[in-house]
Amino acid sequence: MTEHFNEMYCGGAVREPYARLENWTNAMPAELRQMKQAEAEALFRRIGITFAVYGEGGDPDRLIPFDMFPRVFTQKEWRKLEAGIKQRARALNAFLLDVYGKGEIIKSGRIPARLVYQNAAFERAVMGFTPSCGVFSHIVGVDLVRTGRDDFYVLEDNCRTPSGVSYMLENREIMMRMFPKLFRENRIEPVDGYAEALRRTLASVAPAKCDRDPTLAILTPGHFNSAYYEHSFLADLMGVELVEGPDLFVENGFVWMRTTEGPQKVDVIYRRIDDAFLDPLCFRPDSMLGVPGLMDVYRSGGVSICSAPGAGVADDKAVYTFVPEMVRFYLGEEPILQNVPTWQCSKPDDLKYVLANLPELVVKEVHGSGGYGMLVGPKATKEQIEVFRLKIQEQPENYIAQPTLALSTTPTFVEEGVAPRHVDLRPYCLVGQDVQLVPGGLTRVALTEGSLVVNSSQGGGVKDTWILAE
Amino acid sequence: MILTVNHVTIYRYDAPMRSAVQSLRLFPARHEGQRLIEWSVEVEGGIRGSSFRDGGGDRIEGWSVRGPLQEVRITARGRVETSDTAGILRGHYEISDPLVYLCDTAATACDENLRKLAADVAAGASGPLDLGHRLSARVSDEVAYMSGSTQSQTTAAEALAQGQGVCQDQAHALIAMARECDLPARYVSGYFYDQGGDLPPDDEASHAWAELWIDGYGWIGFDPANKCCPDARYIRLGSGLDAHDTAPIRGTAQGMGAETMDVSVALKSMQQ
Repeated sequence: MTEHFNEMYCGGAVREPYARLENWTNAMPAELRQMKQAEAEALFRRIGITFAVYGEGGDPDRLIPFDMFPRVFTQKEWRKLEAGIKQRARALNAFLLDVYGKGEIIKSGRIPARLVYQNAAFERAVMGFTPSCGVFSHIVGVDLVRTGRDDFYVLEDNCRTPSGVSYMLENREIMMRMFPKLFRENRIEPVDGYAEALRRTLASVAPAKCDRDPTLAILTPGHFNSAYYEHSFLADLMGVELVEGPDLFVENGFVWMRTTEGPQKVDVIYRRIDDAFLDPLCFRPDSMLGVPGLMDVYRSGGVSICSAPGAGVADDKAVYTFVPEMVRFYLGEEPILQNVPTWQCSKPDDLKYVLANLPELVVKEVHGSGGYGMLVGPKATKEQIEVFRLKIQEQPENYIAQPTLALSTTPTFVEEGVAPRHVDLRPYCLVGQDVQLVPGGLTRVALTEGSLVVNSSQGGGVKDTWILAE
Repeated sequence: MILTVNHVTIYRYDAPMRSAVQSLRLFPARHEGQRLIEWSVEVEGGIRGSSFRDGGGDRIEGWSVRGPLQEVRITARGRVETSDTAGILRGHYEISDPLVYLCDTAATACDENLRKLAADVAAGASGPLDLGHRLSARVSDEVAYMSGSTQSQTTAAEALAQGQGVCQDQAHALIAMARECDLPARYVSGYFYDQGGDLPPDDEASHAWAELWIDGYGWIGFDPANKCCPDARYIRLGSGLDAHDTAPIRGTAQGMGAETMDVSVALKSMQQ
C-alpha cells in the first residue's frame, strides 16, 4: 500500500497551516456539522451554481458536493507554486507565439513538427498572426497534484477556457458567511480580487486600434451550456456585457454589439465557446453560435479574442510532455514544477512498457477529459484491464499512460466524521501585459474512500482553498 | 503575357435578407510568375472591412452588406502580367511551414484505393520531383476530366471511385496521394487562360490545381486537368488545405431566403 501524504497530519502531529482547524472541527458537534452542511447546500442551490466543472456533462441541475473542510497552504508553499505556474504560463504562451510564427522550437528539433502542425487543435487560420501583447492563452488553468511535503506535479494545462473559477469564488463566499470566526482566527489571502484582475487582464490586451477605454464582452454559447452560470457570474462581477453570437455583428473592420442605444464597438471578447464555433466563415460553416466575419476582424487587429483561437495546441496531452522543454527553450530556466512522467502509446517502446504494466498505470485518452475513458490500473478489475488492453492495441496513438501518483489527502467531512480524501488543485493564472495569480484556486476532492478520481462526474466535490498570509 | 480578368459572382435570394457578410480571398499575390498591373474588388452596396495577409501569403478582405437585400454582387477585375516559371512558386511571401500542409481534410482523406494508387506510383519514382510529375499524370489518367460530373462536396476518394471529376476533384486526388507519400500538398485556386482552347471560356476560366512541396525547389504547381505545370496562362489567387479552405468567396446572409449563385469569369489576353 502506497503512503499518501496527509496535508494535515504528518507523523502524528498537526501541520502548522492546519493548526487552528483542529479545534474548529473538534468543537463542532455532529448535529451542528449536519446543519451547516445543509445550510451550505441551500446557499449553493439558491445562487444556482449547479454546473458540471470543466464541461463534464451529466445532470446540469446536479449540485456538486461542497465539503466545508478547507484545504490550506502556507505562504511559503504557495510562493513556490505561484512561481512555477507563472513560469509555465509564460512558456506556454511563448510556445504558441512561436508555433504560429517562426516555429523555432520545431526547427531546433526539440518537438516533432507533426505533433504540432497536424494536431487537431492547430489552427492554420491564425498562422502568422500575432495577438495583442503576443498572448494566446489569457487564463491558464494548471491542474496540480501533491505527492509529498515538497512534491507537486502538473497533471495538465488548460489553455483554452478553463472553467470552475466561479467555484473558487463562491466556495469562499459561502465559507465566510457560515464561519466568519474562522476568517478572524486565520489570516487568509483574499480571492475576491479575481474578477477585477481578470477585467484588467482582458483590458490590457485590447487591440492597438482601440484608442479609448476598451469595451469588453463575454461571449457565451447560451443558457443551455453547462457553464452558463459561470459566464453570467463573471460578467456581473466584471460589469461587462454577456452576449451570444447573434448579439454581435461585424462591419467596417470592427465588431459591434447591438444595444438599446445603438451599436457599440467591442474591443475584447472573452469567449466561452470553442474555436470551431466562433465564425462560420472561417471554421464550421454550420455554426449558429458564432459571429460571421469575426475571424477577419480579429486577424486584421480590430478585436481581441481571449483565449486566442488556436491556443488549444499547447494543452494537448501529447504536447504536455514537452512543456518542461518549452520552459528551458524559451525562458532559459529550469522548470519549477514537475511533469508527471508520461508514456506515449504511439511509440513502440512506450507501448510495450504500458501493456506490460497496466495494473500499475493510469491510462488516458489523448483527447479525453472529465475522467471518462480512463483506466486507473491499481483500482481496476482484471476484466477492465483486459478491455483496456484491447482498446490500446487497436489505437495506440489514442492513449498515454502515467504512473499512479500517490495523491495527497486532506481531512474531509464524511458520514462518520472527518476522514482523509484525495485532492487536486487548479489555480487560475492570468496573462495579459502582466502575469498574475490570485492566491487560491479550486480544490477538487474525491469523496469516495480511496478514490483517486476527483472529477465531479465521478463523484468528486469541491473545497475552499486557503493560502495563509505571512 | 498580360491577362485581363473580369470575375463576377452574384448571390440571389428569393426573399429579402437582413444582412450579408463576406470574406474574400480574391487578390492575386505577387510572385515571380505574376505581377498586378491593376486590381480591384468591389461588393456592390457593401461596406469594406479591413484586410490582412494570412500565413499562406493570401490577402483576405472582409465585407458586409446591410439589408434588406435580394442580391449580393461581387466583382473582381484587373490586369495581371504573368510569366512562365515552369510551375515553380518563387518570390512569394508566406510564413506557413510546409509541414502544415500534411494535414488531411475530409475532402482529401485517403481511402484504400487512393493509398494503393499512391504506393504504386511511389514505387516507380526516382525522386520527389519525379514523384510529383508521376502522381499528377496518374491522376489525369484515373480521374478523367468531365464537366459537371461531381459536386462541390465530392471527396477525392469518391472522384477516384467514379473515375471522373472536375479540376477540383483532380486537385484533391493529387493532394491526397501526395500527402500519403509524405509530400506536403495544397490546393490552389486561380484563373486559367485557355488560348483558343476547346474549353468553354466563361465556365473554365476559374480553375484549380495543386502545389506540392519538393525539397530543393519549394512549392511547385501541378495541374492534372491540363497535364502540365502552371505557366504564363495561369493566375494564382490563393491556397489552402482543400477547396473549402481555399474558397475565393466565403459568405453568409441572414434571413429566410433561398440562395442561388451565378458566376462568370472572363479572361482575355492583351498580346495576341
